[in-house]
Amino acid sequence: MLKTVVLHNVLMETVIRRRRSDSVKMAAGQQWVLVEMVQAFYEAPAYHLILEGILILWIIRLLFSKTYKLQERSDLTEKEKEELIEEWQPEPLVPLVPKDHPSLNYDVVTGPPSHRIIVNGKECINFASFNFLGLLDSERVKLKALSSLKKYGVGTCGPRGFYGTFDVHLELEERLAKFMRTEEAIIYSYGFATIASAIPAYSKRGDIVFVDEAACFSIQKGLQASRSFVKYFKHNDMEDLERLLKEQEIEDQKNPRKARVIRRFIVVEGLYINAADICPLPELVKLKYKYKVRIFLEESMSFGVLGEYGRGVTEHFGVNIDDIDLISANMENALASIGGFCCGRSFVIDHQRLSGQGYCFSASLPPMLASAAIEALNIMEEDPGIFRVLQDKCKHMHKALQGTPGLKTVGEPLTPALHLLLENSTGSRTNDLKLLRAIVDYSLDRQIALTLARYLDKEERFLPPPSIRVVVTVEQTQEEMEKAAQCIREAAVKILK
Amino acid sequence: NTDLPGGWCKRPPLCCRCRPTHGDLSGLGESVSVVLMGIALQVCHAACNGELYSRPFIESFEETPMLLAVLTYMSYGILTIFGYLRDFMREWKIEKCHTAREREEQKDFVPLYQDFENFYTRNIYMRIRDSWNRPICSVPGATFDLVECSSNDYNWTFEYTGRVVKDVINLGSYNYLGFAENTGACATAAGEVTVKFGVGVASTRQEMGNLDRHEELEKLAASFLGVESAMVFGMGFATNSMNIPALVGKGCLILSDELNHASLVLGARLSSSTIRVFKHNNMQSLEKLLRDAIVHGQPRTHRPWKKILILMEGIYSMEGSIIRLPEVIALKKKYKAYLYLDEAHSIGALGLNGRGVVEYFGLDPKDVDVMMGTFTKSFSAAGGYVGGRKDLIDYLRTHSHSAIYATTMSLPVVEQILTSMKCIMGKDGTTIGLSRIQRLAENTVYFRRRLQEMGFIIYGNNDSPVVPMMLYMPAKLGAFGREMLKRNIGVVGVGFPATPIIESRARFCISAAHTKEMLDRALDVISEVGDLLHLKYSRHKVLPSLDRPFDETTYEENEE
Repeated sequence: MLKTVVLHNVLMETVIRRRRSDSVKMAAGQQWVLVEMVQAFYEAPAYHLILEGILILWIIRLLFSKTYKLQERSDLTEKEKEELIEEWQPEPLVPLVPKDHPSLNYDVVTGPPSHRIIVNGKECINFASFNFLGLLDSERVKLKALSSLKKYGVGTCGPRGFYGTFDVHLELEERLAKFMRTEEAIIYSYGFATIASAIPAYSKRGDIVFVDEAACFSIQKGLQASRSFVKYFKHNDMEDLERLLKEQEIEDQKNPRKARVIRRFIVVEGLYINAADICPLPELVKLKYKYKVRIFLEESMSFGVLGEYGRGVTEHFGVNIDDIDLISANMENALASIGGFCCGRSFVIDHQRLSGQGYCFSASLPPMLASAAIEALNIMEEDPGIFRVLQDKCKHMHKALQGTPGLKTVGEPLTPALHLLLENSTGSRTNDLKLLRAIVDYSLDRQIALTLARYLDKEERFLPPPSIRVVVTVEQTQEEMEKAAQCIREAAVKILK
Repeated sequence: NTDLPGGWCKRPPLCCRCRPTHGDLSGLGESVSVVLMGIALQVCHAACNGELYSRPFIESFEETPMLLAVLTYMSYGILTIFGYLRDFMREWKIEKCHTAREREEQKDFVPLYQDFENFYTRNIYMRIRDSWNRPICSVPGATFDLVECSSNDYNWTFEYTGRVVKDVINLGSYNYLGFAENTGACATAAGEVTVKFGVGVASTRQEMGNLDRHEELEKLAASFLGVESAMVFGMGFATNSMNIPALVGKGCLILSDELNHASLVLGARLSSSTIRVFKHNNMQSLEKLLRDAIVHGQPRTHRPWKKILILMEGIYSMEGSIIRLPEVIALKKKYKAYLYLDEAHSIGALGLNGRGVVEYFGLDPKDVDVMMGTFTKSFSAAGGYVGGRKDLIDYLRTHSHSAIYATTMSLPVVEQILTSMKCIMGKDGTTIGLSRIQRLAENTVYFRRRLQEMGFIIYGNNDSPVVPMMLYMPAKLGAFGREMLKRNIGVVGVGFPATPIIESRARFCISAAHTKEMLDRALDVISEVGDLLHLKYSRHKVLPSLDRPFDETTYEENEE
């Protein structure tokens, strides 16, 4: 209170002064101002000067004294502190997991995880692993990996910068770039870390990312790490995306200076792992140029699957790959190795070599896994017919699964990983999962290996409904697919009634 | 000195100027410290909490000489001025610009990255970048073969000449126990698995990618670490960044060492808990944060924290320092915090049986709540693990991001870890593992002592196989790498931003695979290059200790 009064007084003083000097200025010109002020000083009564002096001192005091004490409220004695420390009881590090938690006990695979797979001791046909092209079982790939092992050993013992770059890494990057017909490619040692590192390499705090609601978990984590402003649009809904872009455009017009430094990105998946459908890429590219937004495309499910030569969703739609700013995919599905890669123009990709966290700070990919990926690429290039075979099988499986009683098939005919959803949910996720698990178990007993699609219920931004995943690979024969569809139908009839 | 209760007294700050006195070291290694450290070396030791340590804890961080600091700042100044000059010339097309350009169609987009962000890369890093990313074409063992490359445009592009530089001594790879091999038990076993299983798994742990081999590895890892249960993950970096968010969340506090690895920092950030940073390996700083956190609670609401998690590493790979684990455990117990220990560099490399930093200090693994580590280094494979109580691991099995969304570890890699771990544990019926651990400890002590005697400034703990040697100036960072490589020795340089701006350093990683001859050759060359580049900065005289034969080390002595 006191402070305001004093300040007010002082302000008044100055105002009066200024008015007086203003009139002088106008009357007599600049040089008279000083003389006038000195004169005024002499003419002023002593009490005025004393008062003013006190006020000035007071202001100085106010300026240099703290207005409030920061530590005031925590003025605890040592003893009180000790008591607080004594009393504090933390939560346990982790809550106890009930013994019957549905995802605590994993299915155990013995033997190679290939087309014929032994799950929990039962030999089955694999309808669960993302081994789309069957390259996991390829003798050529195995032998190439073995010869690489004999040359380099297993581990790389260092990140790429510190003698962790092997000649095979460079070869693989070159081959991937050539395969995708882009300028450059960069490899990561873990599929999950690829897009999760790539997004924060470009998108920073304050930037805006437009993301499809069905985006996979690694995209979500990349967005979180980037600390950017995230706007979700409805799954594959271009009108909704355009609405958001327009909103942003209006926002930009309000503050064009700020708009000039905000980067914008659209992050989509080529073929959504959670929704099993394809993104409308041509429309996205149109929107990209209309609103000047860059497109990041995650192609883990579509690389080596879609398109005549397996180049993914750009080839599927005939979109110029240079229109996509960044494509990322993992090498763990179609290529059946480990790791991931990003490709695009050098201007974009090269930036990751110093800013991609998963690239700079992690040990590089074991050379034998890089060699395996190179050999897998060789096979894909030598025999492009394989993609046609896969696509036909996907269509076949999609058709065969239609009309399963009580189950809804989600996904486009070209998708190698379909979802089977309950037509009528019981209303509780746990019960739904139990029903679906019963179908999986029923199939396991009849030599069909299926799996539930697993999610972290609390962590997912938009939790997909519970589902069974059915994966199609080129190794599955017509009969096997029929058998699987038949088996699922039986199970559905029996379990869902 | 007794303002902190609980019998904890203030210790001098980390890089104190203090002499090792006989009493401090509990009488155990007094002769050691004198012989090893000479008389006036700056030593950081467990002054007051000496009784917590079962062995001498000798860590030195010699202060940067003032003149050098000034010169280093000046050299950055000169580089910056020239950088601006060249950027100016590039702008006016006087000098050719080598950086990749944006497409014409997208020129009017918001720039993908700010040009000034890359100033450092373009004008400083680019000039010495030939010291990094050198492709190798053999096993990264004690020696390796490098792909020869040259640049005609000052490192903007590299050309591979097609020749190979043979038999370069490898002081750069984290091959602590020398398991980077293409022959021998590990490679054979991994090879057999490759032929039988292939390399990929193409599914996640929770779906169809959980093989019995993985479970076997987890059991072995748990018994190796001395914990109830363990879980393995496909990538070391992701082990941190994908599991920390499963352990802590909103309303929890993370206390993180300022020099923690990027993966820990990322994991902490993804967990959306509050993060506070304490000074590197500084127990006073940690205790103050712990006290304040509990006394004041969460900011604004003052609700008590749900839990407090301390994140630390066993060996810090840039400093060569070892965590003050006995003190950290005492603090964590006193304040009921949890400890997450990242043993990426210490597992296999420390302790009599290679069990890491816990064994090194003779402590109980149960006192560390989360034991994390990687298989990349000592085991020469890939991936990481988390070990701890059964309820912790059960929780991770159901809630780890990695178990649900990431592809499982490749089987040949699993086999490499299984075989090398069995070897370290002596389960293969040989003493190869033990002798390697011993060899590494001997090599480490020998190499560090010799470098100190030569007058280099060496950072870190005497027992740490990561040996940072200070170079300070950015130009010397490049020159040192090149000169060493000319003499067929591969070293790693680290500069800004991985270190503080004036503390550029070379980093040697000692391996059990190094023979004494190799180390001696390397040391001779380092000395030669050190003279050439005037790198022998240390102002502390360390007397050569010729009376001590090579193989009789402190390591063995102290175990009695």
